[in-house]
Amino acid sequence: MAYYRRNSSADRMARGLGWFSIGLGVAELVAARRLARWMGMEEQAGLIRTYGAREVATGVGLLAMGDARPWMWGRVAGDALDLATLASAHHDGNPRRENVATALGAVAAVTALDVLCTAMLHREEATAWTPPRDYSDRSGLPRPPAAMRGAAKDAPIPADMRTPDILRFEPAEV
Amino acid sequence: MKALVWHGTADVRYDTVPDPEIEQPRDAIVKVTSCAICGSDLHLYDHFMPGMEKGDILGHEFMGEVVDVGAEAKSALKVGDRVVVPFTIWCGECDQCRRGNYSVCERSNRNKAMADKLFGHTTAGLFGYTHLTGGYAGGQAEYVRVPFADRTHVKIPDGLTDEQVLFLGDIFPTGWQAAAQCDIQPTDTVAIWGCGPVGQMTIRSAILLGAKQVIAIDRVPERLSMAKAGGAITINFEEESVVERLNELTGGKGPEKCIDAVGMEAHATATLDSMYDRAKQALALESDRAHVLREMMYVCRPAGTLSIPGVYGGLIDKVPFGMSMNKGLTWRMGQTHVNRWTDDLLRRIQEGQIDPSFVITHSVGLADGPGMYQTFRDKRDGCIKVVLKP
Ligand SMILES: [Zn+2]
Ligand SMILES: [Zn+2]
Repeated sequence: MAYYRRNSSADRMARGLGWFSIGLGVAELVAARRLARWMGMEEQAGLIRTYGAREVATGVGLLAMGDARPWMWGRVAGDALDLATLASAHHDGNPRRENVATALGAVAAVTALDVLCTAMLHREEATAWTPPRDYSDRSGLPRPPAAMRGAAKDAPIPADMRTPDILRFEPAEV
Repeated sequence: MKALVWHGTADVRYDTVPDPEIEQPRDAIVKVTSCAICGSDLHLYDHFMPGMEKGDILGHEFMGEVVDVGAEAKSALKVGDRVVVPFTIWCGECDQCRRGNYSVCERSNRNKAMADKLFGHTTAGLFGYTHLTGGYAGGQAEYVRVPFADRTHVKIPDGLTDEQVLFLGDIFPTGWQAAAQCDIQPTDTVAIWGCGPVGQMTIRSAILLGAKQVIAIDRVPERLSMAKAGGAITINFEEESVVERLNELTGGKGPEKCIDAVGMEAHATATLDSMYDRAKQALALESDRAHVLREMMYVCRPAGTLSIPGVYGGLIDKVPFGMSMNKGLTWRMGQTHVNRWTDDLLRRIQEGQIDPSFVITHSVGLADGPGMYQTFRDKRDGCIKVVLKP
């Protein structure tokens, strides 16, 4: 199914990143503790779970909303948060420092993709924009609408489409 | 012959396919001179409607010249006749056809068993509109086989252009029925959601039928400018609150008649419910988006009427049914009983009361169809209605 109003490469990429977000988010939600231990960040398991929820939400947003741009910006901001959190765990006192570095590398790569995709979406929007057309001369009616009001009052409205008298809003006849 | 063929989501191609032939004695073959892309084709294009198969020929709004007639259709049609073909195929003999309920003809859907299972009872066969409605080849092609052709046609007299009468096959009677089934009274305010092609026809119909006030709701500037040209007061829902503005325009009482000319793919606005719908749809937990329905139920004046020409495909969620029940709203909906209206509407076109060609913004060759699907869906280039010339 297509959820996007367009099918450009940027849109397809955004959709891919949406699914990636959901996958990663679910992984973070169910394996938060294991992930935290792997990176020597045991106390941060709760935080990782919150990040997982954030990933799922942005992922659904990307798949579901017409305009991917705000959600892509959401991803970029989320990447920054991830990078900052990982950087704080990347110190000499952490015996799992190597693993944190691996994670940092992965997040940095995804960040680059996110930034690229966001830029592509914006560029597309900028080139696609044309001033709105003015169709104020397209009435389809031979005279101004006010003069045509009720011109088809004689039209046969079949009985099955009639409103029962009691439900009509015409001023009640006395 | 050449035709526009569905290959999958957002994948329509200009293909070479076998020419159609007479298969049943009531068939006719029509050489298409003009066809159009309808808003509901977009539900197929984006694959929101179930029942499409790779290789299906699209299109249900078309007209042309009769080039071959089966033995049993000869009483009604002859080679050379110029006809508009209504998108609802009707037999003219079943219980429903005899009542004029052509869009729920009991005999024209050749995949009746499938539709019976899904809907409880079958509805009519439609051209180029999924296998649930018969899987008939559509009219975005050089030639079309028209089943039950002795009934399923509108004969066009000379002196009218294709552009003037083409929409008798779908959007004009659809907009007209949407307004007609509101039984518009001279004191009524009619609010119309969606200013696409059907919305535009609905606006003019409501004016001609004599509504006191017609209010049109959309977000695309060019559609709103066309709506205004047709006599509507417009609301851009991205710039102002629909509920507040409708209350303001009706002295706090709400419109008597509300029309949903949007259907299943309502735009996801910043409202919570439409985001909820979008999210559920993205995860395939819901097929249709019900934002417009909810809004209509909310703003409509108690004891008022909701009219729904917009196409829905399946399930909707979180519909405040209690609100509708307690307010005593009347719901009227359905595919259009095209031939119920066409005699009257053809006469109105002939007499110059309306010229439906106002809605055409793009006219191109059939080969350019695939690109136009995209332009139309994305509402680019000021596109409101596309006509294709095979
Ligand atoms: Zn249609
Ligand atoms: Zn029938």
